[in-house]
Amino acid sequence: MENVFKILVNGKDCQIKADPETPMLYILRNNLTLNGPKFGCGLVQCGACMMLIDGVAVPSCTYPLQNVGQSEVTTLEGLSQEGEQLHPVQQSFFEEQAAQCGYCTNGLIMASVALLRRKSNPSETEIRAELQRNICRCGIHARAIRAVKKLADR
Amino acid sequence: MEKNQQSRRAFIQSLGVLAIGFSMSGTACSRSEKQQADPSAPEIRTRELDMEEIDSWLVIREDGRVTIMTGKMELGQGITTAIAQVAAEELNMNMSLIDVHLAETGYTPDEGYTAGSRSIETSAMSVRRAAASAREYLLEMASQELSTPKIALTLEDGKISGQGKSTAIYTLLNGKYFETKISSDAPLYANSERKIVGRSVARMDIKSMVTGKSHFIHDLRFPDMVHARIVRPPAQAAKLTSVATQAISKLPGLAKFIRIGSLVAVIAEDEYQTIKLAKAVSHHLTWDYQKALPANRSLMQHIRSLPTDSKIDEKSEAWSDSTIANSPVRHRAAYFKPYIMHAANGPSCGIARYEDGKLWVWTHSQGVYPLRGALVDLLGLAEEHIHVKGVPGSGCYGHNGADDVAAEAALLAMEFPGRHVRLQWMREEENAWEPYGTAMVLEVEAGLDSQGRIKGWKYDLWSDDHGVRPGGDADNLMPAWYIEKGHGEAKSGFRGGATRNSEPYYTIPQLHLQSHIFRGPLRRSSLRGLGAYANVFAIESFMDELAEKANIDPIDFRIRHLNDERAIACLKQLANQIRSIKKQNQQGIGIGFARYKNQAAYCAVAAHVRVDQQTNKVEVIKLWAVVDAGEVINPDGLKNQIEGGMVQSISWGLMEEVNFDDTQVTNLNWDSYPILRFQEAPAIHIDVIDHPHEVPLGAGEAAQGPATAALVNAVYQATGIRVRQLPVIKALKHSALGLKLAEL
Repeated sequence: MENVFKILVNGKDCQIKADPETPMLYILRNNLTLNGPKFGCGLVQCGACMMLIDGVAVPSCTYPLQNVGQSEVTTLEGLSQEGEQLHPVQQSFFEEQAAQCGYCTNGLIMASVALLRRKSNPSETEIRAELQRNICRCGIHARAIRAVKKLADR
Repeated sequence: MEKNQQSRRAFIQSLGVLAIGFSMSGTACSRSEKQQADPSAPEIRTRELDMEEIDSWLVIREDGRVTIMTGKMELGQGITTAIAQVAAEELNMNMSLIDVHLAETGYTPDEGYTAGSRSIETSAMSVRRAAASAREYLLEMASQELSTPKIALTLEDGKISGQGKSTAIYTLLNGKYFETKISSDAPLYANSERKIVGRSVARMDIKSMVTGKSHFIHDLRFPDMVHARIVRPPAQAAKLTSVATQAISKLPGLAKFIRIGSLVAVIAEDEYQTIKLAKAVSHHLTWDYQKALPANRSLMQHIRSLPTDSKIDEKSEAWSDSTIANSPVRHRAAYFKPYIMHAANGPSCGIARYEDGKLWVWTHSQGVYPLRGALVDLLGLAEEHIHVKGVPGSGCYGHNGADDVAAEAALLAMEFPGRHVRLQWMREEENAWEPYGTAMVLEVEAGLDSQGRIKGWKYDLWSDDHGVRPGGDADNLMPAWYIEKGHGEAKSGFRGGATRNSEPYYTIPQLHLQSHIFRGPLRRSSLRGLGAYANVFAIESFMDELAEKANIDPIDFRIRHLNDERAIACLKQLANQIRSIKKQNQQGIGIGFARYKNQAAYCAVAAHVRVDQQTNKVEVIKLWAVVDAGEVINPDGLKNQIEGGMVQSISWGLMEEVNFDDTQVTNLNWDSYPILRFQEAPAIHIDVIDHPHEVPLGAGEAAQGPATAALVNAVYQATGIRVRQLPVIKALKHSALGLKLAEL
C-alpha cells in the first residue's frame, strides 16, 4: 500500500515512496537519513521528535506523511545548511552549553525557533510555556531557558 | 617490529572511520582472515592492552593529531571533553588536535563500568599520566635526534623545537608504539601550567547535537540494516504457551518472525512496518503468567514484611543500647522512597550483526567489556568472536535497558545473520522493563544531650540490592530469562549500593547501622547515586528534625557535628548565599548536605519553595549548591552535572513513583510517569570551590541526595508538614485529605 509523495524538506523536493500513514519521524530519519528528530515516546508527550511544519513546531512521531501536502518541512539540519553559520538558536544553545546527553536538544531548539518566529521577544513565562511540551531528563532546563531568553532580550 | 609498524599505520589510518565501524580485534583473530562486518571497518590492533603502557591510552597519528583511548563511555556527562582537556594540557596541544575514542573492546583499556562518578578519578587521571609520560618520552627522543639538550626543547601542538631545530612527534615515533610504561615521575603540567584544565571549555559534541550530526547509537545506519521489535509478555514472569504461526506468517512485510523460548520478535526492512508487525503479532500469542505483584497495599509495609538478609554495617565500640533511651532529647522517624525510573528520554537501542561465527554489537552500555563477558555466557560464543563498541545513547543515569537491548539485538542477529539488526525499544518497553532504582525504607533514632549534641544514632535501612549489572553473567541480562536455555533469574547485586552514604558524615560518638536487604517485587539495579539518594534524604531530613528539637539553626547544627573543614566551608558558603533571601508567606528554605560516598565530592544544597496551601502545589523557586570536587577540570561541565543532578533529584522527590497492578508496571508513558518540566524548573545558582592541588572527586551523583533533602526541609518550613514518604506531591495530597500515612 505504498504511494509516492512529493514533499518539501529543508528546502529540497523529496520523492518518498511509503505507506501514507507512516509518521513523518520515520520518513525523516530513515528515508531521508536526517538525525535531528528523535524517537522518544511516539505519543506526542516528549517533543524529542519535533520538526517545523510551515514554521510551527510539531511532533513528527504521529504526523502522517499524507498530511504534509505542500507544507514546508524543516528539521534541525535545515536550520543551518552545510558550511553556513549556525542558526541563532543553535548558536545560543551551544554557547550556553544547554545539553548533557543531548537527546532532547532537537525538540528544544525546534520549539524555540518556532516561538521566536511567532514572537521575537517572549518573556520567560512564555518561553517556559512553549517548552512545556518537551522532556529533558538530564536537567538542563535552566540553561535552555537562558539560551532562549538571551535571544529574546537582544 | 615491521609487523607492528604496519598494523599501527593501518590502525592509525582507520581511526577516522571508527565512529561507524570496527573489526574484530585481539590476537586470536588472524589478520589475513576477512574480518569486516562492514566495509568501513578498520584493521585490527595486534597488541595486547596493558593499562600501564602509554600505548593503551594514547596514539600519535600521522597527521599530527592525537587519539586518546578511554575505556569510559560518554553518557552526557562530558567526559570526552574533560579527558581531552587533561591530555591537551600535558601534551601542550590545542584541544582541536585531540580526538577521544570511547570504550570499545580490543581497542580501549578495560575500565569496567562508567559508573559511580568515577570517570574523572580513574580514566582522566590515567590519561593525564600517560600524556605526561608520552611528552617526557618524546622530548627525550627529540633531544637525542636533534642533539639538543632536553631542557632547551619545547613541545607545542605536536612539534618539538629548540635551538633552531625542530621535529614532529609522529616523525620521532616513525609509526612505532611507545612501548614503554607510564612513568609516575613525569611532571604534571596540570600542577605548573594549568592552561587548559580548570577552564570552562565548551563541549564540542554539543555542537553536533545542535546541528543534528550523527552522535547517538540511534543515528547509526548501515547498508541493508533491518529493524526489529520485541513482542513483550503481559507480565515479567510469563511463559509463551502458544503461537498462531499460520496467522503470523500471513502478515505483510514480515522479514522474519523469531521465537526463542518465550522471547518473541519480528524483523522487517522498514522500521514503522516493524512496529505495526509487533503489535499485530501480539494478538496471536498466548501467555501463561501469574498475578504476582503486591498491588493495592502499602509498599512501605510490604517491604518491611519481606524476608531479609540483615547485617550490622557499623557498631561503635562505645555503643550502648541505653544511650539513646537515657538522652534528654530523643527522636525517631521512618522515611520511604518508592521505586523510581531512569526514564531516559530516548528508549534503549542496540545494533548487532552476526556473520561467519562472529558477532558485532553497537551499544550504549556503561561497560563494553562486562557486556561482552555476559554475551559470551548468553550466546555461547568465544570472547574473541564478540566485538562490542560503545556509542553514546540518551542519558542513562545508571543501569537502564542498554545492556538488555544490546543482548536482544545480538540474539536476533544470530537468528538473522549477515545483516545489521537494529532494535529500539518503544516508550512503554523502556518504562515497564528497565531495572528501577529500588524502593527503600529508612528508620532513624537518635538521642541528643542537653547541649544539642548527638550522642547516639541508630539507623536501619531496608533496600533491595543495587547494581544488578550483567558483568559476565547472562542471568542479569533480561532476555536471558525468556530464551529458556538454562539461564535463571537475576542474581544478587551490590549490597554496598544500599548502604552508600548510610553512615552520616557527621561526628557522632555512638553509631549503630544495620541494613536489611530484601528481594522486592520489581526488577531493580543501579540508579544514579544508588542508595545515597534515599540515605541522604533520610539523614538530612532527620538532621533538620533534630535541629528543630534542639532549637538550633539547621546549618549551625550540622556544622557543630562536622570536623572536616571542607565540608564546613561548603555549608558556610551556602549560608552566605541564602542569608539575604526574603521568604514570603507560604515559602520555605531548606538545606541538605552530603559528601558523596563519604569520600567523593562535597555538596551542600539549598531549596527555596512556595507551597500553595489551598492547592498544595509546590513551586521550587530556586536551588543553590556549593560544591567542592577537589581539582576541577571543567568548571562549567561540573556545574552542568550538578544542575542536572539537582533538577533530576527534585523531579524524583516531588513527583516520581513507579506504580504497578498485580501483573505489571502501569506508568507506561510520560502522562502516567510525569517528570519535572520547564514550567516547574527552578532557577539555579552554583558555586564551585576549586582546589587545584587536591585530587579531583567525582561529582555526577553528588547533588541527588542533598537536593531532595533540601526540598523536603523547605516544604516543612513552608507548611509545617514533614514529608517522610516520597514523592512530596503525593504526601501533601494525602496530608490535605487528612489521610493517616502508613505507620511504622
